[in-house]
Amino acid sequence: MPILFWLLVWECAALCAGHRSLSTAWTAWRQTGDPSGLLTCLWEGQAFILPAPPRVAQELLELVGTADFWRTAATSLCRVFAGAAAGVGLGTVLAALTAVSRWARLLFAPAVKVVRAAPVASFIILVLLWADRNWVPAIIAALMVLPVVWGNVVQGVDSTDAQLLELSRAYGFPRRRTLTLVYVPSVLPYFAAACRTSLGLAWKAGVAAEVLCLPKLAIGTQVSNAKTYLETPALFAWTLTVLFLSFALEGVLGRLLGRLERGKGGKDHAGDP
Amino acid sequence: MLEIRELTVSYGEKLVLDRFSLTVPAEGVTALAGPSGCGKTTLLRTLTGLERPSSGAFTGLEPSEAVLLFQENRLFPWRTAEQHITDVLPRPDRETARRWLAAAGLEGEEGTYPAALSGGMARRLALVRALVLAEVRRGWVLLDEPFAGVDPARTESLMEAVYGLGLPVLLCAHEAHTVALATRRVDLDGPPLRVIAEPRA
Repeated sequence: MPILFWLLVWECAALCAGHRSLSTAWTAWRQTGDPSGLLTCLWEGQAFILPAPPRVAQELLELVGTADFWRTAATSLCRVFAGAAAGVGLGTVLAALTAVSRWARLLFAPAVKVVRAAPVASFIILVLLWADRNWVPAIIAALMVLPVVWGNVVQGVDSTDAQLLELSRAYGFPRRRTLTLVYVPSVLPYFAAACRTSLGLAWKAGVAAEVLCLPKLAIGTQVSNAKTYLETPALFAWTLTVLFLSFALEGVLGRLLGRLERGKGGKDHAGDP
Repeated sequence: MLEIRELTVSYGEKLVLDRFSLTVPAEGVTALAGPSGCGKTTLLRTLTGLERPSSGAFTGLEPSEAVLLFQENRLFPWRTAEQHITDVLPRPDRETARRWLAAAGLEGEEGTYPAALSGGMARRLALVRALVLAEVRRGWVLLDEPFAGVDPARTESLMEAVYGLGLPVLLCAHEAHTVALATRRVDLDGPPLRVIAEPRA
C-alpha cells in the first residue's frame, strides 16, 4: 500500500513535469514551426526532468536483459558487501581493543570522530591517490561503516550490566565464559543495530565512490554516464537497482541477525510472569 | 569458627562497618537479623572479597571458597533456568540441574527464561544457583535476604535444602519466620553495624 501511494505521487510529479515540458515544446514548435518535433520534445523533455514510472520500468527491463547489467550489479554488490564486512570486522576488533585498554580508547576516539565528521568526497579523492580505482569503493564503504560499528559496540560494552559482571567474578567464571555469558549477549543488540545501519551507509558511500572513481564495471560509473548523457531514466533505473540490492542484502542480514539474537536470548524470551 | 576482628568499611564519608567484631561457629545456619540498611550486605560483601576493608581482618573463612547469594537475583536474561544451574557446575550436568530445580519447586521450568518467572520463582532460582555452587566449593555460604518474596511453606523446604548441604551458613534476614528457622541468631543494628545481642540459639 505505501509503495502504491508513493508510485502515485511519483506519477503525479512526472505529470506536472510533463506539463512544463508541454509548454516548452509548444513554445519551441511555435518558434520553429516544426510539428514533428513536438511529440519527441514532449516525451524526452518529460523523461529528462522527471521520468514517469513506466518509462523507468521500460529502461530497467531493457537493462536487465543485458549481460553487462548483471556483471555490473554483481561487481558493485561484491565491492559494497566486502567493504561493509571489512568495516564491521575491523570496527568490532577495534571496539574490543577499546574495551580492554584505556589507551586504545584515548587513541581511537578522536580518530573515529574525524572519520565520522569529514566529508566522504574528501576521503574518496584521497584514497583514489593511494589505491587502485577498483578498490576505492570498498575501502570507502569500510571507512564509513567502521565508526558506526565501533561506536555501537563500545556503547554496548560500556552498558553491560555491572551486577552481572560482579556475579561472574564472584562465582569464578573464567574470562571466556564471562565473555560468552555476559559481554556477547549484552553487546549483540548494539552490534545488530550497527550492522543494519551500516549496510545502507555502505551502499551510499560505495556508489558515491564509484561515481567519482569510475571503475570499469560499477553501478556508480553507470550513474555517472547517465549524468553525462542526460539519461535521467537510466539514472532512476540504476538507483532502483541499488535499492533492490540493498533491500535484498538487508533482508538476508536481518534474518541472520534475528536468528543470532534469538540464539543468544533476545526480546523473544521476554514475557510476563 | 569465623572470627571477625575490628573490621572497618566505608563508602566515601559514610562509615558502614566501624571496628566491627563478631565470632560465629562454623556450623549450622547463623541468622544475622537487623533492619534494612544497617550494614549486613556490606558485611557479607566484605567477607567474599567484594569490598576492601580499610582496617581489621577475619579468619576462618576463605573468600575464594565462599559463595554469596546477592541481594538482587542477578539472573541472565538470555539463559534458561536449567542453564543457570549448569553454568556454575564444573561440567554441564542436566541431572543435577533438574534435581536442584525440583528442590526449589521449579520443575517444568527448565527451559524458562527469567523474564517469564514470577518474583518468587526468580529468587528461588538465584538461591539454588548459589547452593549448587556452594556444593561444588564446599566453603561458607552467605545468603543475603534469600527468601525475599518466597512464601513461608517454600521457605521451610528450601531451608531443609540449605541444611542438607552440611556447610556453615550466614544468612541475612529481617522476617521473623526466616530467622526462626536458623540454628542461632545475632541481632544487629546500624549503620555503622553493631551487635545488639550475641549469637544465641
